[in-house]
Amino acid sequence: MKVSLNWLKDYVNINTNIRNYCETMTHSGTMVESYELLGEDIKNVVVGKIMSTEPHPDSDHLIVCKINIGSEPFLQIVTGAQNVKPGDIVPVCLNGAVLPVGKTIKTGKLRGVLSEGMLCSIDELGLTVNDFPYTNEDGIFILQEQCNLGDDIRDVLMLRDTIVDFELTFNRPDCQSYLGIARESAAALGVPLNIKEPVVKRTEDGDNIEKHLKVEVKNTVLCPRYTARMLKNVKIAPSPLWLRSKLRSAGVRPINNIVDITNYVMIEYGQPMHAFDYNYLASKSIIVRNAREGESIITLDNAVRNLSSDMLCIADGENAVALAGIIGGLNSGIKDNTATVVFESANFNRENIRHTSRALGIRTESSARFEKGLPACNTLDAVNRAVELAVSIGVGEVVDGIIDIVGTDIGERTLNFDYKRVNRLLGTDISFEEMALLLLPLGLKTDSNRNLVVPPFRGDIVNTADIAEEVARLYGYDKIPENNFTADIAEGGLNQAQKFRIQASHVMVSLGFLEIYTFSFISPKLYDKIRLPSDSELRDSIKLINPLGEDTSVMRTTALPSMLESVSRNFNHRIPSCRLFENATVYKKCRDMSLEEKNLVFAFYGSGDFYDAKGYVEGVFDALRVKNYEIKSVSDDPAFHPGRCAEYFVNGRFIAKVGQIHPQVADNFDIGTVVYAAVLSIPAIYEEHEADIQYKPLPQYPSVERDLALITDEAVEAGTLCKNIMSYSGKSLISAVVFDVYRGKGVDENKKSVAVRLTFRLMDRTMTEEEVDTAVKKILKKLDSEMGITLRV
Amino acid sequence: MREQLENIKKLASDDIQSSRSDAELDAVRVKYLGKKGLLTGILRGMGQISPEERPVIGALANTVREELEKYIEEKSLFLREKELSEKLENEKLDVTLPAKKKNIGKLHPISLVENRMREIFIGMGFEVVEGPEVESAYNNFDALNAPADHPSRDYTDTFYISTDILLRTQTSPVQIRAMQKKKPPIRIISPGRVYRVDELDSTHSPVFHQLEGLVIDKNINMGDLKGTLALFARAMFGERTKTRFRPHNFPFTEPSAEVDVSCFVCGGKGCRFCKSEGWIEILGAGMVHPNVLSGCGIDPEVYTGFAFGVGLERVALLKYNIDDLRLLYENDIRFLEQF
Repeated sequence: MKVSLNWLKDYVNINTNIRNYCETMTHSGTMVESYELLGEDIKNVVVGKIMSTEPHPDSDHLIVCKINIGSEPFLQIVTGAQNVKPGDIVPVCLNGAVLPVGKTIKTGKLRGVLSEGMLCSIDELGLTVNDFPYTNEDGIFILQEQCNLGDDIRDVLMLRDTIVDFELTFNRPDCQSYLGIARESAAALGVPLNIKEPVVKRTEDGDNIEKHLKVEVKNTVLCPRYTARMLKNVKIAPSPLWLRSKLRSAGVRPINNIVDITNYVMIEYGQPMHAFDYNYLASKSIIVRNAREGESIITLDNAVRNLSSDMLCIADGENAVALAGIIGGLNSGIKDNTATVVFESANFNRENIRHTSRALGIRTESSARFEKGLPACNTLDAVNRAVELAVSIGVGEVVDGIIDIVGTDIGERTLNFDYKRVNRLLGTDISFEEMALLLLPLGLKTDSNRNLVVPPFRGDIVNTADIAEEVARLYGYDKIPENNFTADIAEGGLNQAQKFRIQASHVMVSLGFLEIYTFSFISPKLYDKIRLPSDSELRDSIKLINPLGEDTSVMRTTALPSMLESVSRNFNHRIPSCRLFENATVYKKCRDMSLEEKNLVFAFYGSGDFYDAKGYVEGVFDALRVKNYEIKSVSDDPAFHPGRCAEYFVNGRFIAKVGQIHPQVADNFDIGTVVYAAVLSIPAIYEEHEADIQYKPLPQYPSVERDLALITDEAVEAGTLCKNIMSYSGKSLISAVVFDVYRGKGVDENKKSVAVRLTFRLMDRTMTEEEVDTAVKKILKKLDSEMGITLRV
Repeated sequence: MREQLENIKKLASDDIQSSRSDAELDAVRVKYLGKKGLLTGILRGMGQISPEERPVIGALANTVREELEKYIEEKSLFLREKELSEKLENEKLDVTLPAKKKNIGKLHPISLVENRMREIFIGMGFEVVEGPEVESAYNNFDALNAPADHPSRDYTDTFYISTDILLRTQTSPVQIRAMQKKKPPIRIISPGRVYRVDELDSTHSPVFHQLEGLVIDKNINMGDLKGTLALFARAMFGERTKTRFRPHNFPFTEPSAEVDVSCFVCGGKGCRFCKSEGWIEILGAGMVHPNVLSGCGIDPEVYTGFAFGVGLERVALLKYNIDDLRLLYENDIRFLEQF
């Protein structure tokens, strides 16, 4: 909410400089977003009188004027405007003048004739014809204000002001008004609040609103209060300068006196108002009712609105004449010849206003205020204020009497005020009396029973915590002492699963990978890019109803595409090699909620091959104590190279997948090189890892190694070969590891020579050569009989 | 004979002197001291001299031998040292040539910030609790006392999966889950990923991270909140950091506050970094609203508590002087390598 200090000073004396004021307001809970000094952008512009005009000797369209700015000699100024004549009072830019557009005016010659400044238009002063309706857009601004020659134009046109922009919180709709801000200012600054109750004198002419207008509220839930007053013998005209100037400071365009008054009162009281042209109300009645299904209205903005029965409208005897609390109808609006006016000052249900405003796509100052929830207590004061203003500026005559239909509680509430509890909550020691004094300027009074009496405009105060906040913010948050609470000791920290996940990140870092963060929602098109089959259950993503766009519309079921996007970005920045990992969450549908699983995903290009990729995976396993895993080759994952992909299992449970990204997939992501990637399921690894570390005694006796070169079929996998060898021997064989594979000369086609290193050891004694030979022979025999594998000769 | 010995000693000494390698020195040793060496040859001719002179000459010969052996030993040592120093000289490297780079990974700046914060609060005895990102509107809003028409519930603010399921907009629902499950005393932090309907730009992201804290016990007051956050701010941003509480409004706390820390660049004097304010807004905090407590089955007449929340991206941007939030999600390694 933007507040003019000139205007605010009508109610409260701002007895400090602007910086202090803003600081004080912010620290008492009414946060100042920024402030702006108006009029600072105009300099050296004064009021002058045109004494004479003569044509420019050397130009058909220029005029040479003599200007009196209150002192002699008169200035000579050349102007191109044709609307000036001797006697006109005009704004004069002196030598060195600055205008809001950033223009600086200097003395100079126009076609050889001296010009000691410039006469300016309304536009050049940063104003519009709405601000000064008597002038024209074209030509020089001919002033009609009371002023002296030489006066600063900013004072004459009331352009000097300070505008403070408050960021108001949701719980304080009452602060969306000058009176609300004034109340807070008075409380914060510790100065009196000067709010006068509006006074409307009765005319006693025997006339009364009851004779002219009948109001009926058919839905008191959606319209808890409806207040109306009337003006007669109205003359529609522009408002006086002070009123226009105030509206301008609030960013509201002046229209005419009646409309300006409704806007003024809305800004002053926070109570939206509406004015009807009485002569356009059929049957001379106002009926507040739900719209009829299929009913429509042409609103002030000249649009046809189709209404539904859940929308509240203001109707006359026949049709809807306004959308309650949102916008008026075109037909019943104020016109230049309006003679009788009905002021509406009503309270409407916030949710209903919100609903209707949204459904019809109309948002107005009025609807915005009602949506925030307004108290019903203000309607009477506001309507009286409107009438008071109208009479005081001579818009028309008041019609005696008020129609005020009240369907809700608008009184004060009494709350139990336990000041000790307030102190306990704040950690302070403030006396009851001091608290009462702090609260009083806010309109929060204490009664003889030491209860708190809460005015109706403070619907946000309902319990001790609310009272404590009011006390705290006026007492000063900075005065609340800093404590260190004492508490029973408790086991804090991370649980085992959390520690495990963090450890996995550290392992990746130590393996040379950079951690990335990617969005959890992706485009469903990425599933195509990783060639996910159309029937894959991974395509069944949780979908957002209101995504920012398709690219962020579904919760990812796999983190691989996000990883490949990051790889691609780096590849396309011509970065020769990179290694990335992410601790990524994936989201799978689980009834109506999601099953969220942490995955460790990594990818690299530029150096290393498939076996390096495996090395990283197994490095993680080693660091996290995952043992006894099995590896299976995978040829049917379309995201991976069919001949270069493997899955890891522990106790038959999938824990990880590693492989080269399918060239087609790499191509889909614009990655023009070989990429390797892996996905590890953190929960599976966590559950399968060995949590307990148990020391095994160091071997006392030396081990014996034997290398075998075995001829096998091309199809025999090293994993199967070693697994079988282990099963063919007793406990003395502690490992069988492939260390070389040879194809070519000396080895038949479709065969390969696989070099396996066998390591034997006994725990209780040194194995003899004979024992080792026997063990090897047994293995070879089994290899031949079970697998048809023989020694290379 | 005596002259012969003196002569041999001189000749041998010259030969030793001129030897330039262990091999040459060895040849000298064989030439003079070997089985068929000159000195040995002389000793063999001892029979020809008189018995009186024999012991004298014998002693002299032994002295010559010992002296020559000593010379050889010294020369040998000298040669070995010389050889080593020449070798070392030849092996000299230009140590300013580039290193063979080893790949060292880095954690993401958001992780670094989270780790540090977690460490600080764990040190204060807080327990780390996590919860789902796809949440019920009840846990994310209703249980946190957000009014039914609170603007944060709008489609323009919150991502919805269905009318009552959404992407959590804060990690506070984790606190709700903790309060429903656990009896006070409660002392938890919940770091995690949250979502709001904001286009990605230099200061906003639809996905971001928070760390929220909650303490519930008997006699917890706002002074405790101030003390805890002051301690946190000093640990996180430096010993001299001051904190400032400003009144604010959040549905789930009452009283509520926004918390500023003194600018850790200028120390509070005002600089470009803090936009001349001297203060930087970092946290939201407050005393847990009684409706939130009672909604989770905790009696607000008996227990009170405080809660606070901090955005990790915001702290990362400030702490590392990063001028564009998008860098955190672009994953350019030239950025990531800097942390």
